[in-house]
Amino acid sequence: MEENSRLKPEEIVAYFKEEFKAKVKESRIERRVAGVNKNEYVNIWIKIDKSIFKKAVKHLCSLQFPHLAVVSGNDLGKNIELIYHFSLYYGERLGEISLNLSVEIPKSNPTIETICDIIPGALTTEREKQEMLGVKISGIPDSRRLFLPDDFPEGIYPWRKDETGPQKMVRNLNEVRK
Amino acid sequence: MRRKTTSKTTYTLPIGPIHPAFKEPVMFEFEIDGEKIVDVDVSLGQVHRGIEWAGMQRNPIQILYLAERICGICSFSHPIAFARAVENAANIEVPERAEYLRVIHGELERIASHILWAGVAAHEIGFDSVLYLTWRMREKVLDLTEYLTGNRVTKAMITIGGVRRDITKDNIPKIRETLEYYKKNFEKLRHVFLDDKTIKLRSKNCGILTFEDALKLCAVGPTARASGVKKDVRVDQAYAAYGDLDIKHITPDILTGEINGDVYDRIVVRLLEVKQSIDLIEQCIDKMPSGDIVSEPKIPKLLSAIKKNAGEGIGRHEAPRGEVIHYVKLDGENEKPYTWKARAPTYNNILPWIPMLKGEQIADIPIVAASTDPCISCTNRVLIINKKHRKIMSREQLHRLSVEKTRRLMKTHHIIGGGTI
Repeated sequence: MEENSRLKPEEIVAYFKEEFKAKVKESRIERRVAGVNKNEYVNIWIKIDKSIFKKAVKHLCSLQFPHLAVVSGNDLGKNIELIYHFSLYYGERLGEISLNLSVEIPKSNPTIETICDIIPGALTTEREKQEMLGVKISGIPDSRRLFLPDDFPEGIYPWRKDETGPQKMVRNLNEVRK
Repeated sequence: MRRKTTSKTTYTLPIGPIHPAFKEPVMFEFEIDGEKIVDVDVSLGQVHRGIEWAGMQRNPIQILYLAERICGICSFSHPIAFARAVENAANIEVPERAEYLRVIHGELERIASHILWAGVAAHEIGFDSVLYLTWRMREKVLDLTEYLTGNRVTKAMITIGGVRRDITKDNIPKIRETLEYYKKNFEKLRHVFLDDKTIKLRSKNCGILTFEDALKLCAVGPTARASGVKKDVRVDQAYAAYGDLDIKHITPDILTGEINGDVYDRIVVRLLEVKQSIDLIEQCIDKMPSGDIVSEPKIPKLLSAIKKNAGEGIGRHEAPRGEVIHYVKLDGENEKPYTWKARAPTYNNILPWIPMLKGEQIADIPIVAASTDPCISCTNRVLIINKKHRKIMSREQLHRLSVEKTRRLMKTHHIIGGGTI
């Protein structure tokens, strides 16, 4: 990528805000320095509305084809938050920007569109999110389980913190049986 | 398991749940037409230990030791990525000296891992003499690791906000001596792997991953770089002391002038990275500032500071196999993290296996699968299912197929002897 076509962190946030206006709910630029020379690296955190999720990923791809590191997720009580960890402008000395795109989906209807059609490498992590967090990825090309065995009970999601979590399945070895 | 209706000419060859190259459990299902692989399906999870869940019941200091045991070889990479995630989430500074010490230990781990891999790759194609040569060379760096940390594998070097042991002036001669040993022997290693006609026959144009596939399938580490995707966290991001050091992306064209994305290129990249690691350690020893090695040595104080902080952070690190990323969310009430997600590099290198293996022969499975240096964690059986016959094939038999192919190629190309030592 040419030097002049690279956007600064603020410009990346503006790039999303211009396109999606109020649908970009939160944005935060995290700057860190390291080493003796105090070189800087940047993490951008953007929270977007579910309705524009797919468009936002496409919008991001028109900037540069990003590297999707992984999708992580939080059980926030009523909602499930999915965070897509992208990185942009890698391949250049100290040029990388980590872009963390998060989206909240309600537990009552935990569906989100697949991005495998845009980034085929997202399949592994999308399959993992389905089994671990109980979200439904609509349009996923392969909806089988990834890590959990086939005889793992339906409706139990290891990363959930509510009654669908794995607590009941865990033998608390630290507790002394009376 | 996905069951596809295979046409009359093809049959399914399940391999696993062990890895054909390493004694690690992963399941492959190959659709085979004669000797040729038509389609591949990978299934994982045979060693899923629920480490992330276990971590969410523990405090960050305890997680460090858990993270260290995610992988035996990357026993430095996972804790550093986790520590960086916590440091970012809780705004903890790391002293400059600690940043340099982190680089030194990270690079020592890379040397050990890449040389170990070179031995395994040689074994896969039947050069056991080379396996012994490389693993003997690897001992040197393990001895140094033991000398510096007290342990050969699980080093327990990382803590949140720094490292746990310093490198003193007295340690420097031993480090330099080990680096000199590798510099002296590097040429031998390069000659064995890159000039040998048989290794070229087995690895050139074999298991190709194109630039486009590597990019789209989000490949990481030497696997991506061998296909020309310049992605290396050490170069791209100014973390630890890497921002101060002279470092560039290693792609195979540096040495050979071309990028093919085949097994040979992956060997080239790893060998060059061994050289790069030696250079990085030397730079660190020369530039290392004096000072503290940890920002808060009192663990209860550190934990109470973490407890008060609400926030989220990611930590990336370039492990020997590629980028490892950890995500941590702290809720500001509990010591234990609200969420912990760890992602190892092999996770991203699973999908790239499919285009690599398609079109290759059964005898190429071990070397192609091993070429991404997968790290899954051990068992021992291969199963061949033909429509009527159900035949269990041992790992040794599959390995023998690979060795036979090497011998066959050597015969047809009139090469005498095994390896060129």
